[in-house]
Amino acid sequence: MNLDSKIPEGPLSEKWTNYKASQKLVNPANKRKIDIIVVGTGLAGASAAASLGALGFNVDIFCIQDSPRRAHSIAAQGGINAAKNYQNDGDSVERLFRDTIKGGDYRAREANVYRLAEVSGNIIDQCVAQGVPFARDYGGLLDNRSFGGAQVSRTFYARGQTGQQLLLGAYGALSREIARGSVRLHERHEMMELVIVDGRARGIIARNLVTGALERYAAHAVVVASGGYGNVYYLSTNAMNSNGSAAWICHKKGAAFANPCYVQIHPTCIPVHGDYQSKLTLMSESLRNDGRIWVPKKKEDSEAIRRGDKGPNDIPEADRDYYLERRYPAFGNLVPRDVASRAAKERCDAGYGVGPTGLAVFLDFADAIKRLGRDVVEQKYGNLFQMYQKIVDTDPYHEPMMIYPAVHYTMGGLWVDYELQTTIPGLFAAGEANFSDHGANRLGASALMQGLADGYFVLPYTMQNYLADQIYVGKISPDTPEFDQAEQAVRQRIDQLFNIGRHTTQPHTVDHFHKALGKIMWEYVGMARNTESLTIAMQQVKELEADFWRQLAIPGTAEEFNPELEKAYRLADYFELARLIITDAMHREESCGGHFRTEHQTEDGETLRDDDHFMYVAAWEYQGHDNLETMTAEPLHYEHIQIAKRNYK
Amino acid sequence: MKFTLHIWRQENAQAKGHFETYHVDNISADCSFLEMLDILNEQLMDNRIAHPVCFDNDCREGICGMCGLYINGRPHGNDDGVTTCQLHMRHFHDGDEIWVEPWRAKPFPVIRDLVVDRTAFDKIIQAGGYISTTTGGVPDANNILIPKHKADQAMDAAACIGCGACVAACKNASAMLFVGAKVSHLALLPQGQIEAADRVRSMVCKMDELGFGSCTNTYACEAECPKQIKRQNIARLNRQWIGSIFGRDRKK
Repeated sequence: MNLDSKIPEGPLSEKWTNYKASQKLVNPANKRKIDIIVVGTGLAGASAAASLGALGFNVDIFCIQDSPRRAHSIAAQGGINAAKNYQNDGDSVERLFRDTIKGGDYRAREANVYRLAEVSGNIIDQCVAQGVPFARDYGGLLDNRSFGGAQVSRTFYARGQTGQQLLLGAYGALSREIARGSVRLHERHEMMELVIVDGRARGIIARNLVTGALERYAAHAVVVASGGYGNVYYLSTNAMNSNGSAAWICHKKGAAFANPCYVQIHPTCIPVHGDYQSKLTLMSESLRNDGRIWVPKKKEDSEAIRRGDKGPNDIPEADRDYYLERRYPAFGNLVPRDVASRAAKERCDAGYGVGPTGLAVFLDFADAIKRLGRDVVEQKYGNLFQMYQKIVDTDPYHEPMMIYPAVHYTMGGLWVDYELQTTIPGLFAAGEANFSDHGANRLGASALMQGLADGYFVLPYTMQNYLADQIYVGKISPDTPEFDQAEQAVRQRIDQLFNIGRHTTQPHTVDHFHKALGKIMWEYVGMARNTESLTIAMQQVKELEADFWRQLAIPGTAEEFNPELEKAYRLADYFELARLIITDAMHREESCGGHFRTEHQTEDGETLRDDDHFMYVAAWEYQGHDNLETMTAEPLHYEHIQIAKRNYK
Repeated sequence: MKFTLHIWRQENAQAKGHFETYHVDNISADCSFLEMLDILNEQLMDNRIAHPVCFDNDCREGICGMCGLYINGRPHGNDDGVTTCQLHMRHFHDGDEIWVEPWRAKPFPVIRDLVVDRTAFDKIIQAGGYISTTTGGVPDANNILIPKHKADQAMDAAACIGCGACVAACKNASAMLFVGAKVSHLALLPQGQIEAADRVRSMVCKMDELGFGSCTNTYACEAECPKQIKRQNIARLNRQWIGSIFGRDRKK
């Protein structure tokens, strides 16, 4: 496969300017004749659709929920990064760029990341203009806080609900375009198939989730902004309906999938407490600004806490091990997520974990409350503390929180070039659905930044470069053999799933299989991986997948509102995706960012990269359900930045 | 813990609904209400007794606004300041009978069982619940100074998750708290002033047109709001609306 990343010529800081100056545009009269499909209404999808609609394109946007405002971007808590340097603490575009490349363990493209840092400031301007109520100080200026992997305060926030407020801003802009008629909203509709005509993406088949009807939509270009695939692990911080299927459907149709093994495991989540549990709740990274993470120094104290004989407040200061501050004095509790997660696992595996299962560490606010007062802490983190209290039933103002790492974000995704175009012409991918900016580990508060950068400031430019030629092709018709075939394929896939249940003697539900898949993935393809664990994982996933196709039972029919059916076809895709994650993890014989191979670590347990052999993006090509995918490497060239060991000590 | 559940079942919008009674056992007190329904659904499907109970849910951390069940006569159940997904079974007694219904309001027709259609809320927002901006060409963020207390108040109002509990709680199925929250959020900010008069009129007209009832100031909405949106937002909505009639800056 030929991977042309289309990085523009010129010095790094001028690439985007040069690109914009020389790209092709579509004139206003022609924009009206161009149709665009956007799948997903999160930050990337909503902002893209709103911006493209405002430019004058005809946009159809799809979401699986009942309203665009439900997309999982809404749950992002802590904040959004931008190189505004409002705090005069030494921030700059260059600094944000460097932090992001380093945070991603030198596995992201320089040019994409630089552009991201460049437009980050515009995002804040845009959001403020939309009325996003960011936190302010008493003079009326915007306030900032700091996040993991940075030594400056560049994170803008709206209490612990930044994602909500940014999404509502984008949703407002989208609603305005819907009212103006430039965007048509299709809620409770799910993309089931990508339609390709003469090698170009020309439409989708969508399933109306209320009636079950399959509907055809044709367009000159398709944008997939459907989020990540973290739910392959079953338990994650993702929403229940977040799924990888839209991206996976594109992959099966020929779009390359990049770096699937880069999965971010977030250090501060509420620990697992029972088999019935359906999801894990994140406690924002912003808490690490003021919270201190520790476990007891003595194993007997940990054991006593696990038994319930001692509480955290019974452990004297001298007997507490603030292990992040100890191991990483320069960044302390604000090391990047992958580092913090592994450190927590290390302590728990060594027997120092707390909580009933021993799989938890403390996040303590006693010092912050002493220093700042309860009121200030409450103002900063009140909603998070309340959320914690509601779930766990203990009061974090008096007793430290208990946290443990959980699957949170997927850096891998559809391979895209500098224009965010996949390997299928006319198919673009934005936000978490693409792989582009975070390398092997994403820094906190950068997901919101990337989603909005893609939607507001990148796609509206780069798509025009593609669409400029499309003004000659005329309206795309959905009544063609390609659409017939695509619709037929969806029908067959659904029938096939229903048929299993009609013939099986040992029926099992979708969740039965999904939970089992999640356990395998977490156990063997989680925070630490090695040849042995990955071999076991592959074997077990294949067996489970075979059982799924023999024993799955779905109630009801395809022609009705049927959430079990939705879960079933998404899980069918997760099995294939799980195998690709394992294949990718197996092939990448190094440790970098969120991908930690135990065979490749330094003496003190840090990741050990192999730049000579693996400084590339692994782009995988689908070869059919039963075959191993083939990999093409896109080499990463670092011209601007000095490659270094990633050190937070 | 053990529970007897009376759950509203309705196959589709046209079908006649009814309550069905189910029993669940061995439920942990730390289990959330929706996880308890997951367990019930697994039970129903394992034995092929019935189609699982359909209910909307997504983030399960109280922010997306997707879930919403009317539990023992209260939207989102008997704990204050939480959505259904954050309601835990520790708030019930072992052996309780629990009645579970969908939101009941004419503008929210039932889709299936406990799932309702809330697109009416989107239509109200489309009627003007935004500040008109196009991408790019906006001033630097710090050029707009906003007093902290105003920004905080705007944030309080903007915290609305659009779940519809206020409508479900109201005997008139009024959407005043929802609309008031959005009008307030934008009216409190300088960026929102320019369109304030048109916004409030347009949103209120749309609300009426969609069949939401009038406000009779019982404040059941405030009492049941999972995000504790204040009734002052309704007062601000009314002031904004009256101001828009007598103000000079509205469209002709």
